[in-house]
Amino acid sequence: MTSPVRVKTLRINDLDVSAREDETVLEIARENGIWIPSLCEIEGLSALSACRLCLVEVKGSPRLHPACVLKVEEGMEVFTNSERVAKYRRMILELMFSERNHICSVCVSNGHCDLQALAQMLDMTHVEMPYRNPALSVDASHQRFILDHNRCILCQRCVRVCDEIEGAHTWDLMGRGINARVIIDLAEPWGASQTCTGCGKCVQVCPTGALSEKGVSSGEMIKKRQFLPYLTTMREARR
Amino acid sequence: MGGYSALLRVLEEMRPMEVIEQMARSGLRGRGGAGFPTGLKWSTVAKAVHPKKYVVCNADEGDPGAFMDRSVLESDPRRVLEGMAIGAYAVGADEGYIYVRAEYPLAVKRLRIAIAQAERMGLLGKNIGGTRFSFHVDLRLGGGAFVCGEETALLASIEGKRGAPRPRPPFPAESGLYECPTIINNVETFANVPPIMRKGGDWYARIGTAKSKGTKVFALAGCVNNTGLIEVPMGITLREIIMEIGGGIPGGRQFKAVQTGGPSGGCIPAEHLDMPVDYQSLTQLGSIMGSGGMIVMDESSCMVDVAKYFMEFCMSESCGKCAPCRVGTAQIYEMLCRITNGTGTPDDLKLLEELCDLVRTTSLCGLGQNAPNPVLSTLRYFRHEYLTHIEVQACPAQVCKLHSAAEVTV
Amino acid sequence: MKIDFEMIAPPSNDKRWRVVQMTMRQHGNQPNALIETLHSVQESFGYLDKESLRYVAAVLRVPQSRVYGVATFYHFFTLQPQGLHICLLCTGTACYIKGAPNLVADVEKLTGVALGKTTPDGQVSLMTARCLGSCGLAPAGVFDGTVVGNLSAPTVHARVEEWLSHDA
Repeated sequence: MTSPVRVKTLRINDLDVSAREDETVLEIARENGIWIPSLCEIEGLSALSACRLCLVEVKGSPRLHPACVLKVEEGMEVFTNSERVAKYRRMILELMFSERNHICSVCVSNGHCDLQALAQMLDMTHVEMPYRNPALSVDASHQRFILDHNRCILCQRCVRVCDEIEGAHTWDLMGRGINARVIIDLAEPWGASQTCTGCGKCVQVCPTGALSEKGVSSGEMIKKRQFLPYLTTMREARR
Repeated sequence: MGGYSALLRVLEEMRPMEVIEQMARSGLRGRGGAGFPTGLKWSTVAKAVHPKKYVVCNADEGDPGAFMDRSVLESDPRRVLEGMAIGAYAVGADEGYIYVRAEYPLAVKRLRIAIAQAERMGLLGKNIGGTRFSFHVDLRLGGGAFVCGEETALLASIEGKRGAPRPRPPFPAESGLYECPTIINNVETFANVPPIMRKGGDWYARIGTAKSKGTKVFALAGCVNNTGLIEVPMGITLREIIMEIGGGIPGGRQFKAVQTGGPSGGCIPAEHLDMPVDYQSLTQLGSIMGSGGMIVMDESSCMVDVAKYFMEFCMSESCGKCAPCRVGTAQIYEMLCRITNGTGTPDDLKLLEELCDLVRTTSLCGLGQNAPNPVLSTLRYFRHEYLTHIEVQACPAQVCKLHSAAEVTV
Repeated sequence: MKIDFEMIAPPSNDKRWRVVQMTMRQHGNQPNALIETLHSVQESFGYLDKESLRYVAAVLRVPQSRVYGVATFYHFFTLQPQGLHICLLCTGTACYIKGAPNLVADVEKLTGVALGKTTPDGQVSLMTARCLGSCGLAPAGVFDGTVVGNLSAPTVHARVEEWLSHDA
C-alpha cells in the first residue's frame, strides 16, 4: 500500500489553487496559467536556482524565494508579480546583458532567444550598467555545432541535459565567479572531444545563441525542444 | 581537566537527549558567523529518522583577518574532536569530517596526530570508552575557496565537487552530506561543547548578554597596539576591546573604523565605539559578528578603497553559479574602481546602492547576500569620502591614485 | 567490456604515481576522492597537467569536464609548473591596510612578472594568499615555506633578489 499523495491548498496572487505536496510553486503556477519568468529552469531537467528570475514573494517572509525550488505549503500566499520582484527581475536581466555580448541583431538566435524574449516581456528598455564586453572565444571545431562563449549566460542547461539525459557529462563549468566558463572535457576543442556523442541536446536546450548549429545565419537558429518532455515522460513510464 | 573527560562522562552518565538539553540551555549560538542556536540544530538532526548521520566541522576559516580557529586547531585540536564526538553521540552519528584549509599546514598536521592518538586510546573509532558508541573522524582539505565556508558548498566540496552552494531548504540538518542528516558547526562552536558538558548549560548561559551567551574569541589586528587573539564575554564594548585590550592606536593617530565580519561584515565608525558586541547590535550597525575578525583602521585608511578591497575579494570568491552575485559583484567592483580612480559620477552612487540592494536580496547564498555589506556600511558612515572622490577627485586619506583635474592644473 | 579501474596505468613510470595511487585506494577509488587525489598529485608533482587529470578521471570514474571544473575552481590547485622559489605575499585585510599592495607592486616590478606568474627562467613564482592567519605580523608573507612577518619593501627585495641572481 502506498501512502496517499497529500494535497495542499495555497493562494497564488488572487487565485486559490491546490497542489500535490511534492510540487513546486513554479509548477503549480504554470498548471494554473500563471506565468513566472524563468531561464535556467527547463522542464525535464533538475532545478538549479541560478538565474534568480523566478524569485517570488511569500506572505510573512521578508526574503524572496526562487519558485523553481519552493515547495508548496498549506495556506501559503505567493505573489509572483509584485513591483518589488518586477524591478529585481529587470535588473538581473540587465546584469546578464551587461556580462558578455548580447547584440541581438547579429545573433543566430535573434527572434528565437529566451533571454531576448524575457527582456521584452519584462519591459527591460535599457541597460543601466556599463557593458563589460570581455573578448571571449568561439569554438567552431565541431563538425555540426558552434559554441560562442560571448552569448553564454551560464544557465548550465547544456551541462545538465548532457549529464542527466544523454549521460555523457561532456560539459561542465571551469573557473569561478565572473571568469566561469562552460567547458568540454578538459577545456578542449569540441571537435576533438572523445566523450561528446554529437547528439545536439545541449544545442537545442541552450536559451541563447551560445550553442547553435552550423550553417544558420542571424535569426535562423530555431531550437527544437520537444525531445525533452518526450524523453522524460517515456522514461517515467518505463520505471 | 583531563583530555576527553567530558566525552567519557557524557557517555557514562547522559542520554543523548540530555546532551541536547544542556546545549539548548547553554544558549550557545554557532560561532561561524550566522549565530544559529546550536542546541536547536542538534535536536533537528537527532529527531531525523535516517540510518546514517554525519558530524562535520567547518575549519575552513576563510575570512581574511580571522585566525581564531587556526589557534584552536594548532593548540588544542583534541577539544574540537571531543566536541564533535559529543555531538555525534547526541544525534546518533557515527562518522565525521573536519574540513580544514590547506593553507593551515600545521593545523592539519596536529589534527592528524590528535586523531591517531585518540584512536589509539579508544577515544575515537569503534566502541569509544568501552561503550557501544562508535565515531570515526577523517580530514578533508579545502582548496582555497572562501565560498566553501558556506555549509552547502562545504558539503559539496567534501563530496569531491566544485564548492557551489545549493538552495536551502533542505537544510543540512535534514539533508546534508550524501543527503544524510548532518550537523555542521565551526571549530569554535565544537570547542565550546566540552566545557558546557563539564559545567552545565546554565553555567555557560550566565556569561554574556540576554541573547548572546558565553564568550567569543576575536582576532584583533590592523592599526592597533596589541594585536592577537582575545576571548571576551559577549556584551563587552568595542571601545573596551580596541582602546583597553588593544591598547589604542599606534603613532598617536586617530581611530577611524573597525571592520568586523570580514568580507561579509561592515565598518563601524568611532561614534559607535560604545556599542556592546553581540549578534543584534552588530547587525543593527550594518555589520555582523562573523567568525570574529576585527581589523582596526586609522585615518590612513580610505574607506572607499577598503570597500573596493572587499568587493574584489567577493567578486573573485563568488562561485559563479547565480547571476546576481557573479555579475553584480563584478559590476560593483568596477564601479568602485571608477570612483577611486577619479572617473566616478554622482549617478554612480545611486546605481551603486541599487546594485548592492539587488545582490543582497536576490543572491543564492550567504556570500552574495552579504557581499554588499562593506559597501553599504561605508556608504552609511563615510558617504562624504565617496563624495570627495567623485566631486573633487580627491582621496582624503591619500590612498587612491586619482586622475584628477586638480593634479593636472597644479 | 568491463574496465578494471585499478589496472589503468599511470601516465608514466615515475615512482611518485605510487603515492597518488595509494591516496585513491585509501578512498576506495571512489569519485568523492577527487579533491584529495588532486592534492596528492599536486604535492607529488608540483602541479596538475592534463595527462594527470585524465588519469585521475579514469581511475575515479569522474567525467573529465568535472575533474577540470574542480581543478580550476579551487585556487590551491595550479595547472602550470611553479618556479624553483615561491614568494607568497598575504593580501588579507590586516596586511592590505598595512601596505601589502605596495609590496606586491614592488615585487612585480623587481621580477618583471605579474602575480600568479613565474619568471621566464623558472626561478621565482609570485603568489598571493587570501589570509595566512598571521594578522598580528601584518604585512606577512611566505618565502619558500617560511612565514616572515612585518615585511617591508627592502626585506622582500633582498630575499627575492637573492633567488633571482642564483641562476647567474
